[in-house]
Amino acid sequence: MMTWPILSVVTFLPAVGALLIWLMARGGDEAAARNARWIALWTTLINFAISLILVARFDPTQAGFQFVEEGRWLTSTIAYKMGVDGISLPFVILTTALLPLCIIASWKVTNRVPAYMMAFLILEALMVGTFSALDLLLFYVFFEGGLIPMFLIIGVWGGPRRVYATFKFFLYTLLGSVLMLLAIMALYWNAGTTDIPTLMTTAVPRNLQTWAWLAFFASFAVKMPMWPVHTWLPDAHVEAPTAGSVILAAILLKMGGYGFLRFSLPMFPLASHDFAPLVFTLSAIAIVYTSLVALMQEDMKKLIAYSSVAHMGFVTMGIFAGTMQGVAGGVFQMVSHGLVSGALFLCVGVVYDRMHTREIAAYGGVVNRMPLYAFVFLTFTMANVGLPGTSGFVGEFLTLIGTFKVSIPTAFFATLGVILSAAYALWLYRKIVFGALVKPSLASIKDLTFREVVTLGPLLVLTILFGFYPKPLLDFSAASVQQLVTNYSHAITAVKAAALMQ
Amino acid sequence: MVQAIVFLPLLGAILAGLIALAGAHARNPSGDTVEHAHGHDGHGDHGHAHASHAHDDHGHDDHHAPAEPAAAGTAAAEFITTALLFVSAALSWITFVNVGFFKQDVLIHVLPWINSGDLQIAWSLRVDTLTAVMLVVVTTVSSLVHLYSVGYMDEDPHRPRFFAYLSLFTFAMLMLVTSDNLVQLFFGWEGVGLASYLLIGFWYQKPSANAAAIKAFVVNRVGDFGFSLGIFAVFMLIGSTDFDTIFAAAPGLTGKTINFLGWNVDALTITCLLLFMGAMGKSAQFLLHTWLPDAMEGPTPVSALIHAATMVTAGVFMVARLSPLFELAPNAQAFVMLIGGTTAFFAATIGLVQNDIKRIVAYSTCSQLGYMFVAMGAGAYSVGMFHLFTHAFFKALLFLGSGSVIYAMHHEQDIRNMGGLWRKIPYTYATMVIGTLALTGFPLTAGYFSKDAIIESAFVSHNPFAFYGFLMTVVAACLTSFYSWRLIFKTFHGKPHDQHHYEAAHEAPLWMLVPLGVLSAGSLLAGLPFKDLFAGHGVDEFFRASLKMHPHILEEMHHIPAAIAYLPTIMMVIGLYVAWLFYIRRPYLPVELANQHGALYRFLLNKWYFDELYDIIFVRPAKWLGTTLWKKGDGFIIDGFGPNGVAARVLDVTRGVVRIQTGYLYHYAFVMLIGAAGLITWFMFGLGGQ
Repeated sequence: MMTWPILSVVTFLPAVGALLIWLMARGGDEAAARNARWIALWTTLINFAISLILVARFDPTQAGFQFVEEGRWLTSTIAYKMGVDGISLPFVILTTALLPLCIIASWKVTNRVPAYMMAFLILEALMVGTFSALDLLLFYVFFEGGLIPMFLIIGVWGGPRRVYATFKFFLYTLLGSVLMLLAIMALYWNAGTTDIPTLMTTAVPRNLQTWAWLAFFASFAVKMPMWPVHTWLPDAHVEAPTAGSVILAAILLKMGGYGFLRFSLPMFPLASHDFAPLVFTLSAIAIVYTSLVALMQEDMKKLIAYSSVAHMGFVTMGIFAGTMQGVAGGVFQMVSHGLVSGALFLCVGVVYDRMHTREIAAYGGVVNRMPLYAFVFLTFTMANVGLPGTSGFVGEFLTLIGTFKVSIPTAFFATLGVILSAAYALWLYRKIVFGALVKPSLASIKDLTFREVVTLGPLLVLTILFGFYPKPLLDFSAASVQQLVTNYSHAITAVKAAALMQ
Repeated sequence: MVQAIVFLPLLGAILAGLIALAGAHARNPSGDTVEHAHGHDGHGDHGHAHASHAHDDHGHDDHHAPAEPAAAGTAAAEFITTALLFVSAALSWITFVNVGFFKQDVLIHVLPWINSGDLQIAWSLRVDTLTAVMLVVVTTVSSLVHLYSVGYMDEDPHRPRFFAYLSLFTFAMLMLVTSDNLVQLFFGWEGVGLASYLLIGFWYQKPSANAAAIKAFVVNRVGDFGFSLGIFAVFMLIGSTDFDTIFAAAPGLTGKTINFLGWNVDALTITCLLLFMGAMGKSAQFLLHTWLPDAMEGPTPVSALIHAATMVTAGVFMVARLSPLFELAPNAQAFVMLIGGTTAFFAATIGLVQNDIKRIVAYSTCSQLGYMFVAMGAGAYSVGMFHLFTHAFFKALLFLGSGSVIYAMHHEQDIRNMGGLWRKIPYTYATMVIGTLALTGFPLTAGYFSKDAIIESAFVSHNPFAFYGFLMTVVAACLTSFYSWRLIFKTFHGKPHDQHHYEAAHEAPLWMLVPLGVLSAGSLLAGLPFKDLFAGHGVDEFFRASLKMHPHILEEMHHIPAAIAYLPTIMMVIGLYVAWLFYIRRPYLPVELANQHGALYRFLLNKWYFDELYDIIFVRPAKWLGTTLWKKGDGFIIDGFGPNGVAARVLDVTRGVVRIQTGYLYHYAFVMLIGAAGLITWFMFGLGGQ
């Protein structure tokens, strides 16, 4: 047993940081802004360091939850319960690792800095909480609560059409969250508890499985986002400030995939199996459809946003394949996409900060003035394309090889995405980076600063490291994924055997 | 030793890459502001444009206005990469002898790579005779090309980057040939694709080079689409991607069928066809060949290394490596021969009328790769490898020789503007003639042995397309001879067509002539001593388990009719005679012929209209679909009936009630969300407490 509630510390330390900013760095002057930045940076860095203790003490051979903390909360059946396993811990670390980079990337924000930093810190607390909550209601509070700071970040510090984007974001998520809450109530009435480990081993009647699965699906599919409920994402990305886009792409989208892994598959295996063809179809459509749409984009952020939808298609496909490679690939792909898409949005931010436009046509030939940037951007473009030797390949490959065993047509159409992703990603790279530098507006553009190298460098190293040596991450989640897959296939074979008996 | 062969080029690539990056960074300042960027004016165009004038390239290859000085550390980068490559090449020849003659196969486990459940993939280095042949080909040509580039690129300011790419390519290619499983093969496969992309687009200021680079990558991805599916199918059928496991399990799969998109197809056939699709992309075979001619936008040493001697032969290597699979799938072999024969003929016809010196050689490469696949389809894998081996020498020689011509002519590539050059650049002329002799299969040169062996293997093979393959390769032999000699005659003989360029023509520096000499020696001598090992009685002893030959093919090749044996040579002579007639004796003939058969001439000149065809059936529909799905699908249908529709209704309702202030709207949204959540929570606990 742990001597101190390490998970709760990692969850609430950022909130303490936010409180500090509120107490110490109020006001609109430059001193307050500076204090807020430094408090935010130190809070996130310390939190990241503490989260590394989790990594060090985590036992990857165990499939179950570790670092479990439990305390009374609302009633005798609804508790404050936290814990992580090999599926959730990678996301916790991803969150704590990306936040300092986001703070550094936001160093030049000048508008309402203390509030901005507080929003990010509270967001971090809620995201870590989402991934480590072991009580359904607690999860719901964190999951939905995370939307509030994100709304604020887009709505206050966003671009010109931010109101439209937040409104759209809101409408989509509201629909999903209401349905999910209903399903949570139904599960509570069925099992008499909201304890997630208990619910994972409680059989749910088939009828309820179907309805609950659909309700959860509504929420997670919007979050992912899956086709056809993806249209909020490009708008939200376009309007969000750079660090907001990074968090949105790298972590908030992963909550959907995490939800599928934590709830849909273990709690409703039969419904998951029944609906797998639906998910396969939507995923394959998402991959081909959004890749084609990405091909024609004129806005850098929109292009990357559409490519995110396509990449999330690989994740949903792999998860619902229900095979070891598919699920492990889904987890890996989510982490990898967190690194790569986060970095790509940072790359967009680099030129946006200089030129204040995201229009692809406004650029061209920046390699002539920004060779370091060209190198970094190329690496992440190639990772986005899924080139072997980058983390993008491992996730894509595992999900596809895991799906091929289950559904050849899905894998076939999804693999088409491999061609299309090369087309749109290289086209974007060519339009921005290559060519002669003829536009007068770009003539005085300058290369990456030290601060930008600090934000992009760690992501670059990890992208390549996990491409050549993904073993640490794969081993980390292997036991939990194995258990999930085994339970899932047992549940399905049991039903099939029962059907044969009749 | 094998580790050194593979990883020394990587080390060179990293060091040269760091030099390139450091140099580039030193010349370009950091900074996240442009002038007036603090206000949101969105211009930033008051800055001063210095050192960033667009280089105007006049559409010629290999031309780079020397506006910038060479990057710092250029000499160091050149020296490091070239020296490491020569070490690697020397070690490769030692390995070749050890493995080929002393039977010391090597299998080194380097690191685990992807492990998930029953999928176990490792980084490993496997060297058997097949790999050893590829090792010497890759490292020898690569080291010579490195050396040649020192001279050829001497005006380019970005040489550290160039050498980093060259070494990176070599590393990826070595990973490809030493792989012990399909996935590492795929790593090398895509790695060489990346290097090819970077090198074709090396002169990134040229729009045509950028377009060609993307085209090469995307068309190769089409092939890789099939390759990936093939890997997935192998894993589904066998549960492993390791070669030895696959080959051991493959015989048990004969007759097994799988349902592939609604068809019940033979499992091994479909797997081999999917894998072969990858080979078609990488080796620029018919239907997926369109990227190779465009790839000539890259610097000429790149064309010699990547698009002639090594990368494009990866497809041939892959089929040879998987020969135990293909031998079990005769229908797939039939397809291989069909495609090989078609490509051999088709590319040769286009080569007849091209006027760009590099494109002629590029189509020739395409055609010769078709030959190799004919041998693969016939089950004579060692024979195909023989041609791969000899072809590497004479095709690299022809490209580097062309590069020397281009260098001498100050970046002129159109052979119509050349002529009479043999007086000016006799050494280049001599080496080019040697390369042409070998390519056309002149007796006793390297190409003679390997090409004849392929034609013979097609003749005796039991493949349903055996006669087709035989016919196509024989006809192509005649065409090859014609276009190759046409190139020589128009470039080096006759009268100079551009007096200005002719006068200025000069022989290349020693850096470039030494590689030409070495490759000439290889083109003359790489045939006879190796004939027995690749296409004679020594095959079993030499290749051992690394290839699974068709059981009788080599025996039958020794008993073919004499007329068939002489046929390729006769074809070569006919081609030579016609070329001589057309371009030396009666130069007005080709013009008349082109006028008489205008349609055919234009058909060939426009490369059978493949680019136009693909534009109509793939590129435009994809763009149209993208726009339609975006504007109509996302914009009109999903948003229109989804959030925007709902939002519009909500606004209609609330407009009269509340004055909606944009900017505060999300507050209302929150109130709604929190209200709904609170209500439901209260409801739940109200009931739950009862």
